[in-house]
Amino acid sequence: MNILSAWLRSYLPQFDASDRELADDLTLRGIAVEGVFDAAAPIGGSLFETDITTNRVDAMNHYGVAREAAAIYGLTLAPLDTTLPAAHPGAGHPVRIEAPEACGRFTARILRNVKIGPSCGIVAERFAALGQKLILNAVDASNYVLFGMGHPTHAFDLDKIEGAIVVRRARPGERLKTLDGIDRVLDADDVVVADEKKALGLAGVMGGWDTMITPETKNILIEAAWFDPAVVRRMSRRHGIHSDASHRFERGADFHAPPVASALVSQLILKSRGHIEGELVDVVIPQVLARVAARRSIAFSVARCAELLGRTSDGPGITDEVSTGILHSLGCTLAPSAEGRYSVTLPSWRLDLEREIDLIEEVARVYGYNRFANTLPTFSGTVLELPNAPKQTAVRELLLSAGYHEAISSTFCSATDAATFAPQPGVAVAMDNPLSEEAGMLRPSLVPGMLTMLAYNLNRNVDDVRLFEMGTVFTGSPERVDEAQWLAFGATGRLRDGLNSSRALNFFDLKGVVEALTARFAARSVYFDAFPVASGLLPHWLNPARAARCVVDGSTVAYFGELHPDENASRKLRQPVLVGEIYLDRLFRHSLRQPSTRDLSRYQPVRRDFSLVFPDTVHWEAVGSALSGLAIAELQEYRPAEIFRDPKGKTVPAGHYSVLVSTTFQSPDRTLRDEELHAWSNSIVSTLESLGGRLRTQ
Amino acid sequence: MSDDSIPQLRGYDDASLDRAFASLTADLERGAGSLNGADAVEQFRLEWLGRKHGRLKTVSEAWLKTAPPEARRPLGQRFNGLKERIEALLTDAAAGKHRAATGAAIDVTLPGTRPQLGAEHPIVRTWHEAVRIFAAMGYSVGTGPEVETDYYNFESLNFPPNHPARDTQDTLVVVGQERKPLRDRLLMRTHTSPVQIRTMEQQPPPIRLVIPGKVHRNDAADATHSPIFHQVEGLCVDEGITFGDLKGTLDHAMKAFFGSSVKTRFFPSFFPFTEPSADVQISCIFCGGKGCRKCKHSGWIELLGCGMVDPAIFGFVRQKQPAYDPEKISGFAFGMGLDRIAMMKYGISDIGLLFSGDVRFLEQFA
Repeated sequence: MNILSAWLRSYLPQFDASDRELADDLTLRGIAVEGVFDAAAPIGGSLFETDITTNRVDAMNHYGVAREAAAIYGLTLAPLDTTLPAAHPGAGHPVRIEAPEACGRFTARILRNVKIGPSCGIVAERFAALGQKLILNAVDASNYVLFGMGHPTHAFDLDKIEGAIVVRRARPGERLKTLDGIDRVLDADDVVVADEKKALGLAGVMGGWDTMITPETKNILIEAAWFDPAVVRRMSRRHGIHSDASHRFERGADFHAPPVASALVSQLILKSRGHIEGELVDVVIPQVLARVAARRSIAFSVARCAELLGRTSDGPGITDEVSTGILHSLGCTLAPSAEGRYSVTLPSWRLDLEREIDLIEEVARVYGYNRFANTLPTFSGTVLELPNAPKQTAVRELLLSAGYHEAISSTFCSATDAATFAPQPGVAVAMDNPLSEEAGMLRPSLVPGMLTMLAYNLNRNVDDVRLFEMGTVFTGSPERVDEAQWLAFGATGRLRDGLNSSRALNFFDLKGVVEALTARFAARSVYFDAFPVASGLLPHWLNPARAARCVVDGSTVAYFGELHPDENASRKLRQPVLVGEIYLDRLFRHSLRQPSTRDLSRYQPVRRDFSLVFPDTVHWEAVGSALSGLAIAELQEYRPAEIFRDPKGKTVPAGHYSVLVSTTFQSPDRTLRDEELHAWSNSIVSTLESLGGRLRTQ
Repeated sequence: MSDDSIPQLRGYDDASLDRAFASLTADLERGAGSLNGADAVEQFRLEWLGRKHGRLKTVSEAWLKTAPPEARRPLGQRFNGLKERIEALLTDAAAGKHRAATGAAIDVTLPGTRPQLGAEHPIVRTWHEAVRIFAAMGYSVGTGPEVETDYYNFESLNFPPNHPARDTQDTLVVVGQERKPLRDRLLMRTHTSPVQIRTMEQQPPPIRLVIPGKVHRNDAADATHSPIFHQVEGLCVDEGITFGDLKGTLDHAMKAFFGSSVKTRFFPSFFPFTEPSADVQISCIFCGGKGCRKCKHSGWIELLGCGMVDPAIFGFVRQKQPAYDPEKISGFAFGMGLDRIAMMKYGISDIGLLFSGDVRFLEQFA
């Protein structure tokens, strides 16, 4: 809210520091002055733009801020002048509180023969400097008092009130046109200020249209009341009205303020013309008074305060005198109970103060946070990493070294994407108030986010992209949402390894990453397989011709491969992309592999290559298994060194491929003899022939 | 006698001698540049040291022999210097220090073939940095779920139902929660603070914990705000922890993050779960505190929120861990935005870049 330094100074006659100094000191004590501007003449001084935290409703007005300044500088705060001219005889307006849980206090004062017109004088000048719109003097008076001392009041056109004021629950379906011109339908949770016939206003939130002050108004009833914070908050939220009044009531107003506010408003209105009729009618609910204003005093120990705050780096430190002086300046009454101990009676305007710790905060705040010494606590104990941290590091390092940039995408996805990419149908969880339609679901997979990021790059002419994301996926139901750590990786474009050398990324680039990754973990078996389209086992976002799953010790840890061309087309991706998802939660069930070494042989290895032609139905998996099945201890390594298919079917028949199988033999303790190599070669050839292979003649 | 293999000597004064020998030395060094292979070395040796037609022989014949007595010494010194240089070049050549170049020469100024390394995401990088800084001060790492219950995200952190403090954290809510009791309703956590409660419920004090994680709020996105962002939370609970300890710890951490010249200042704030509560500003890392556009000419940048753990929090935790007795222990907590720190450290102007996967942006961190 905006604060005028000149208005503050009117409450602090002894104050002589500069506005700039005041702004800094207020900021460092919790009244954050975020901007200092010159205030318009004739008010002069400065306009402070302040940001006051929600707990400090007492400081959301000039008098409250002046009270803070008085505490900071040890000044005396001028009391508010509430003197009123003598009242003409009268009974006052009758008031009944029928909803005591919602309204703890209601005061009504009658002003007669008033003159309604534009405000002038100090009200007009200060409103101009604050940038506040003027309405009519009686309405402006109410607002002026709100800005001045913080308590909301309301002025009714008395002649439109029929009978006694009744504060009651609204009747379900009851209607009220509020000051903003909106016709509202009320329910029993609403509390209204009413007369005998109708609702006049929403209690503590907004007045009613029909009883508002107009230039024709002759007689006024001034309401100054105290409403329950929770009740006001509920109404304010239900009706979507955030008014100055509701803002203050829902944060806890000062129970003792209504008569003061009523007097101040009356003074201002009477300046033009008019008189008071009868004494102030002041209805107080004793139980609320006891609960809110006459709160129990709390115990305060100077030693406890000093112990929690620690050493100070300047000033006298947290002594008895300093701490009690600060609390006193804030409006507390302190009665000593023992050496260094006090029983503290709390000011009625500080409903945020409830416990000793709140008082300790006040002491620290007013003393100045930056006057406490910076210390470091002693420490004994151990520092623990998260159990999966080394595994995450291993995975991250591997992907980074493979040239994949780490990315972070949205936690949410569209309902369509959730349906396409969820691991099982129906497990994705929707949001009640999504950020947008495209973010309606908690992501059940990282793949849609990955595809969005790949598309983002392709749409910006970045054609060579490799990305990965480690993040949380969500599945379950509104009853229970399960989280898992997964990893998605995506690649598109070409791999460049020199000036004139590049090639398109392919399935085997992804598979190599998965192989290297699984190799970092201790597992008995790792295998890859593909599925026929009809099996339905492979996620349908992958192209079944060029995709695989990876199984580690019987559990599926990854699906990866070429994105299905249909999916590619629906996303308008202008080149093929490769994508995969790794279930880190499953992979991390395995410990990281501990490297173990074997002695290196001193004897010469021998290489033998075999060129064979196989039907396409024979996969490398079968070839490899057959070779391992030979159980030749000296067969150290075998790998496909070259694969060739002839589209014309000349050198290699259609439906067949030729493969150059490269093998290496080595013994740890002797040089291999020709005869044994010959024997092994023969058994390799015959085994592979039995698979359907045919040795190629050179 | 004259020979065009050596320069002309115009006189025996120092200037003439210097000029003549400089010319010879230049020839020598030029020739030394092509000492590739045995043939070239032999040719070089003959050219300079050949007994009949070597240049030194010629110099000796043409200049030394005819020199007047007073010029012999300066001339001799220069002659011997030249001879030593020739012999040194030949010794180097013999030792194989001048191998022949083979193959076509390459343009070494062309760019190298760099390994294509991936880049760690700037948020992850900052996350790790925070963990490392606090680990050095004895902090272990904790995490918790991103979908939280109202109890852990709000109630146990002293945000009572219907309290205005809840308004400051607009919350994304999971569908279908209306039928549940408020405390069990599921929402996207709005801060990493729930992990404080979860951890204290699991283990008695002392605790030193740093909690990095992803959080969500129902906020409109702009250049500096994203509904998805990351925080790192800290919690320290033990006997005798003071407000000064909180200040000292964060002052140290900010110096570790931004350099030892960074200053911190604390001022009052409000968080329902800390009391006293503070906001922390650091001296502007761009202008050093003089005031610039980045710090809105204040010299300070607001960076994190913190405070002493409110005894009410211990009250909630004590239901499961009686050791959290506010009469015996105290603690502090703090939280900061990793995205914001990353943006400051790396000069990122648009928070959206962090979540775009834009390779042109990410590769700058490789």
